[in-house]
Amino acid sequence: MPWKASRPGWNGGNLISAAYSGAGDMAIRMEKAWRPLTAEALAGLPAQLGVYQIADDSREVIYIGYAGGRSLWGLRGALQDELAERGGGHHFRLEVNQQYLSRWEELLKVHMGDHGTLPPGNEKHRPRRIGQLSLS
Amino acid sequence: MDLELSDEQRMLVEQVRRFVRQEVDPLEADLDPDASELPGEEHDRLVAITTGMGLYQMDVPEEFGGAGLDVMTRTLLAMEMSQHRAGLYTPCYGTFGSMGLAQLYDANDDQKDRYLYPTLRGEKRGFFGLTEPSGGSDPARAIQTRAVQDGDDWVINGQKIFISGADRADFGLVFARTSPDKGRAGVTCFIVDTDMPGFHVRRIVHTLRSTHYATELQFEDLRVPSENILGQVDGGFGIANERLTRNRIPYAASCLGVAMRAQEMAIEYVKIRETFGDLLATRQTIQNMIIDNELDIRTARWLTLAAAHKADQGEPFRTEAAMAKIAATEAGGRVVDRAMQIHGGYGVTKEFPFERWFREMRIRRIGEGPNEVQRLIIARDLIGGAFH
Repeated sequence: MPWKASRPGWNGGNLISAAYSGAGDMAIRMEKAWRPLTAEALAGLPAQLGVYQIADDSREVIYIGYAGGRSLWGLRGALQDELAERGGGHHFRLEVNQQYLSRWEELLKVHMGDHGTLPPGNEKHRPRRIGQLSLS
Repeated sequence: MDLELSDEQRMLVEQVRRFVRQEVDPLEADLDPDASELPGEEHDRLVAITTGMGLYQMDVPEEFGGAGLDVMTRTLLAMEMSQHRAGLYTPCYGTFGSMGLAQLYDANDDQKDRYLYPTLRGEKRGFFGLTEPSGGSDPARAIQTRAVQDGDDWVINGQKIFISGADRADFGLVFARTSPDKGRAGVTCFIVDTDMPGFHVRRIVHTLRSTHYATELQFEDLRVPSENILGQVDGGFGIANERLTRNRIPYAASCLGVAMRAQEMAIEYVKIRETFGDLLATRQTIQNMIIDNELDIRTARWLTLAAAHKADQGEPFRTEAAMAKIAATEAGGRVVDRAMQIHGGYGVTKEFPFERWFREMRIRRIGEGPNEVQRLIIARDLIGGAFH
């Protein structure tokens, strides 16, 4: 049976078959729409924990980050820091997630699988080992 | 059983306690509350200290360059090493070294050269691949991954789930069914290289733990040479079972370490926190929580040390290890829960370690053989095997 690059979700009690049927799939890739990285867009964001991606003007991911348990204002604060550091001309998307560290590593693996390299901004901000993930 | 610590044990315990309080605790103040890794330079600095203490690679047998500690001493140290935020799953962030996969100490010389020694040198990492989607508590029957001989090779097809570290590993021990009709006597252990065609890490399995996720694996016509069979064909179950039993004692001990630290913090807190004009320490409800914590800790500690003692005597310790695992994981959960309750709102914040211990301790009742299976093991030993 072909494998789908997704996580099984709850489909009435059969997680195992869901992994193959695709029922209740949750995306492994972050597929939300990009939003401009501006002070206005960030002002209404939640202060929760989670992960985010930063893209350049051509929507190429240049950094994958997370707002962890020590962040003062969660995702909002982390992205405000990104804006202050990077300036205009960038885009972001985010995911509220309590498992922010394992989700962060998963997104890094997916990027590595798709592109063969980490996003340029993650060359220094990365786990010691990235590891492999078969996406096809 | 004499529970009086020897002078050497007392010294080692004090050394490790000091190391945790003086070296590990301060680093955690700056790490993410869910972190399981130290920055490289800090890790190296702490390894230099544990090496100086003569305790680096403490789990490695003496003939392979390890510290050669007996199970009792190792258990006492495990209770100290876990007494920090990340301590339950990454005691001291791995700065006391890693034993690698214990099964490899029984490998043949060629396998030791290719897998064991590189692991001990830190050049390779391995994973342990037993549990499958069809079940983990009864691996002898649940294993559906098949290995079929083809010339000098074996071809493996199947799946594994809840496998730690497979995505970052260079090789792994994979248990596959080689004789379909032989139950637990039909399982073989293969050493599998993770860069071989047909080896897939299909997904991360996110759990209550934010780091140290599990993975799901798929093997598609994964070809493994016969020389990578660990032990004998159809002899894999004994290899898996031996490991599971042996691990239950330090597994219990690390739960106890966390419980002991949670209790220590709770006692400190009730002496300074006031409600309605008096210290929490004066409230009988709170006192009862502290007392129940202590009862839980001492009971589980006794059972855990009794299991360690029996293991050191070279006697069968399966029942004792199962009792220790049950007592320590369940007591640990209750102690952390009460300590969290005593701390009120602060107890559930990421500013304190209780919320991480609470999440991770919950997993301990399932990991390394669920407590229900431990009870089954004890019942078999007490009543006999005929009833099941």
